[in-house]
Amino acid sequence: MSSNITRSALASVAFVSSAVLLAGCAGAAEPEAAEDGPVTITVSIDAGLEQEARDNFDARVALFEDANEDITIEAQEYTWTAPTFTTDLAGGTLPDVFTIPFTDGRGLIANQQIADISQYVADLPYADQFNPNVAQAGQADDGTQWAIPIAAYGQGLHYNRTLFEAAGLDPDNPPTTWDEVREAAKKISDATGEAGYATMTSGNTGGWILTTLVNAFGGRTENAEATASTLTSDPAVAEVLQYLHDLRWEDDAMGANFLYDWGTINQDFASGRIGMYVSGGGNYGNLVTQNALNPDDYGLTVLPLQGADPGLLGGGTLAAVSPKASAAEQEAAVKWIDFYYMAKLADEDTAVETAELAASLDQPVGAPELPVFDQEQFATYQSWIAPFVNVPVDQMAPYTDAIFDQPLIPEPRVATQDVYALLDTVVQAVLTDENADIDALLADVQTQADALYAKAG
Amino acid sequence: MTQLTPTTAPPPLPATAETIERTVAATRRRRGVAGWFRGDGPHILVFLLPLLFSFILFSWKPIVDAAVMAFQHTNLIAPAEWVGWENFATVLSDPLLGKAVVNTLWFAALALLLGYPIPLVVAVLMSEVRRARGLYSALAYLPVIVPPVVGALLWKFFYDASPNGVFNTIAAWFGAGPFPWLQDQATAMPSIVLFATWSAAGGTIIIYLAALVGVAPELYDAAEVDGAGVWRKVWHVTIPQLRGVLLITFILQIIGTAQVFLEPFLLTAGGPANSTTTVLMLIYKYAFQNSLGGDYGAATALSLMLAVVLAIFSAIYFRLTRSWSTS
Repeated sequence: MSSNITRSALASVAFVSSAVLLAGCAGAAEPEAAEDGPVTITVSIDAGLEQEARDNFDARVALFEDANEDITIEAQEYTWTAPTFTTDLAGGTLPDVFTIPFTDGRGLIANQQIADISQYVADLPYADQFNPNVAQAGQADDGTQWAIPIAAYGQGLHYNRTLFEAAGLDPDNPPTTWDEVREAAKKISDATGEAGYATMTSGNTGGWILTTLVNAFGGRTENAEATASTLTSDPAVAEVLQYLHDLRWEDDAMGANFLYDWGTINQDFASGRIGMYVSGGGNYGNLVTQNALNPDDYGLTVLPLQGADPGLLGGGTLAAVSPKASAAEQEAAVKWIDFYYMAKLADEDTAVETAELAASLDQPVGAPELPVFDQEQFATYQSWIAPFVNVPVDQMAPYTDAIFDQPLIPEPRVATQDVYALLDTVVQAVLTDENADIDALLADVQTQADALYAKAG
Repeated sequence: MTQLTPTTAPPPLPATAETIERTVAATRRRRGVAGWFRGDGPHILVFLLPLLFSFILFSWKPIVDAAVMAFQHTNLIAPAEWVGWENFATVLSDPLLGKAVVNTLWFAALALLLGYPIPLVVAVLMSEVRRARGLYSALAYLPVIVPPVVGALLWKFFYDASPNGVFNTIAAWFGAGPFPWLQDQATAMPSIVLFATWSAAGGTIIIYLAALVGVAPELYDAAEVDGAGVWRKVWHVTIPQLRGVLLITFILQIIGTAQVFLEPFLLTAGGPANSTTTVLMLIYKYAFQNSLGGDYGAATALSLMLAVVLAIFSAIYFRLTRSWSTS
């Protein structure tokens, strides 16, 4: 009898659990919450921040929530990398507000993979004041603004002043030609045993930096009409690869790691293992807040330009909203973007308040950037935050003094990340195989790039 | 006295095979349906439901979804588009596929050379140890407990190709190196296999040790009486007795190496110059390389092809070794 009772009880438990399981699944299909009333949105915050940076972020969240009582902000760690972004995007695990590089904006908009927030963006007071070259990265074909440009950059040559001194180089007079970069790299390598010059090669960054160098050498990796890759037809591509080859194999000046991505090269640079490398000019903030860079070590200069039509690869960051966000969440998300990313650029009080708070928490203020709005507005913004600038501006003077004289070149427009990925392999091959056949490697990736352009076509 | 008439049972009907079959079937039907309801059937079903439901939802549905996705173009947000065999054609015409297959076979060959015999040798040696066997087992199993990501980062640090790297410093003590380890197309794959062997061998050693316990000591005694040394005992007693386990670990090793992903992903991201791009890395690249959404159709098409190849291989393997494993 008792065993019967036990069996029945267990059966009931099992039945109930089945029912709950089924009900749970049915519940997943319920429509989203109503759009009125309090809204909670998740917003991205850089992964792995130092405590001071996190305190700075939390303080700003508190300010925002005080001003918008019906909106609750939840932070979610997020740093854009191509593979993790794709996974998050497909899996629906992106925060409601996240950032993406300029290269992805138009593609994500065309595929409707980010929310159309254009109606809310149009209401922003500065909606028509964006630098047109910058704004187009977040615009749909009809000109509506789906993603908001929050930062723009031109590539820079970051260098370690301490290693320069150790190699008998003058850190206040960094190289101004690519030949001088090579000479300095060899001296650093010979004198210190560290990599004189290093380059990213993994996670599509190999293609990104190769393209940067090709532009600096006067070449292009895509034709003017954006209808084809020019990897074999533009001699600058092979020239840059030969330059890297010689730096690696003739000079032995590139250290021992040829599988760097953005995170690992920042780490090694910040820890004093790299003399020079190319990355975004505004990278100083990441080096300090995520990699504990010693500011005294840091130096930044512009990329040397050579060849017939050289230029500086530019890019930037867009703030976008998840396509899964409800209308109320989208509206709240744009308010957050306006508050967190834009007001500190466009509104004097907020700019001062933000810079003051960051400086009080020992966070970098005044790292080099390019104007999101026009040049005049940018100069005004800089005058607002001038009292709080705490980055070693003198050590960045070789960059900031010359950056506006360099012609800016946007990243390739078609299959950008895919072609970057193809070029990763070429750069890796050149750096790990002394006998790599550059022409054959380029011919191979040109064929593959042609297929990508035809598909996009 | 009354003569009792003997009661005689009617003569039994001739039991033909047909009638017996009919009777049994009818009984089974009666007992089958009614008995199922009267007996434990409903209880069993109710107990089974959560398991069955979870199994279908989390194990089989994704497999079926993936099989369907192999015939679609989708970014998992916009509606999917049916494209037939196009994804399979895309994958098969990819120049990187051949390299990925060769790399995977190269990994498998190296892993079989290193990863297959080492645990067996270690297990046999450990079974001979009389004292502190538990300690040795724990030490052998320790790498399995280390989370794979931690292990990979640790080994990445060890593999630092500069002369100051951990392994290169050790090599320098013996007047060798420095070696490029992961930074060279020729040495990257063997370096990855070394790490993979380190991280997985402990599990296999424990399996072998468990199987060795089952070997009858009389067989060793008999072999000793016959004058067999350690090597002969291993060859003529241990290995034949472990035959079944060896066969299973061999096929698991093959299937595991064909699906190798974590090690090259964490240590080299498939580089340098695709020298460690395996089939699963290629699947990953299809799905996640392009930050705009990837080619999930091609990724699932290649996954499906890999699954089919492994299933066929396993079937052939078990068929070929069936008689050997049971003899």
